[in-house]
Amino acid sequence: MPLPRWFHLLGSPPFVYRLASKLGPWICAAGCLLLAVGGYWALAVAPPDYQQGEVYRIIYIHPQTAYVGTMAYVLMAVAAGIGFVWRIKLAHAVAVSAAPIGASFTFCALVTGSIWGRPTWGTFWAWGDPRIMFETLLLFLFLGYLMLRAAFDDRDKADRVSAILAVVGIVNVPIIHYSVIWWNTLHQGPTLFAEGGPAMTNDMLVPFLIMFAGFTFFFYWLLLTRLKGEIVERERATRWIRELVAGSRA
Amino acid sequence: MDPRARRGVPSVTEFLAMGGYAAYVWTAYGITLLVLVLNVAAARRRHRGALRRARELDGRETSRKQATVRQLR
Repeated sequence: MPLPRWFHLLGSPPFVYRLASKLGPWICAAGCLLLAVGGYWALAVAPPDYQQGEVYRIIYIHPQTAYVGTMAYVLMAVAAGIGFVWRIKLAHAVAVSAAPIGASFTFCALVTGSIWGRPTWGTFWAWGDPRIMFETLLLFLFLGYLMLRAAFDDRDKADRVSAILAVVGIVNVPIIHYSVIWWNTLHQGPTLFAEGGPAMTNDMLVPFLIMFAGFTFFFYWLLLTRLKGEIVERERATRWIRELVAGSRA
Repeated sequence: MDPRARRGVPSVTEFLAMGGYAAYVWTAYGITLLVLVLNVAAARRRHRGALRRARELDGRETSRKQATVRQLR
């Protein structure tokens, strides 16, 4: 069976660059709108928690940033793996673009979790807590990937070697997800995928989900913007990039 | 009954106080917002920088070609 045309187009830098330019503003608008509505709802409309009071409101940013960080890692590893196996340069460009954004969201998840831990667990940080340790490992995997790349002058070599690290590191993702079920940890259990359905009433669940959507859209907008930069950087000797920059200069 | 529903719309001071957890809630939201803003700045800087370098490369090559053409004349 021949592959459909759009599949080949997705490997074409000029096509993807133009697609990213077209979709970017819409994804940005969707992300900003959802974060604004969700943020207001989370802070001002949703009722306080009956056990934790107002501090529980961190639940509208902490799992969301953690989820986006993990999703960014999966995306990075899959893209790097595709780039490695089929030697598609654009796939490596996607992986490189996802890494710093994923690292920053993982950082957010760790910081907001730490801030939330102080009033609820009585500590900012717990060495040996599985969820915290594997989430920290995720941050180091992102940083390790970026540092490994920086060690090579040759971009193709950096792409191939760093892809191996990215793919191997993906085993950490299911471990993070199940860490609160497999081990006894300070971290509370899952909220959304709790046994017997979401452990939240609708007046909390709606903003909770809106924030998930908002952070996800925002991530993809950042990814597209970085990807555009990465494509220009990698393709700058080609004719279409020259035409592009000549067009923007005139 | 939910205490807020009884009180009606909470005052701004009450809202900012976050039931005594202001330092935790606002710091967490503030840092997250800051990270989002820095991400936007970094992504845009990366894109603009790449375009600038491509323009410089294009400019250098064009002037080199023009120099060769002048020599040949």
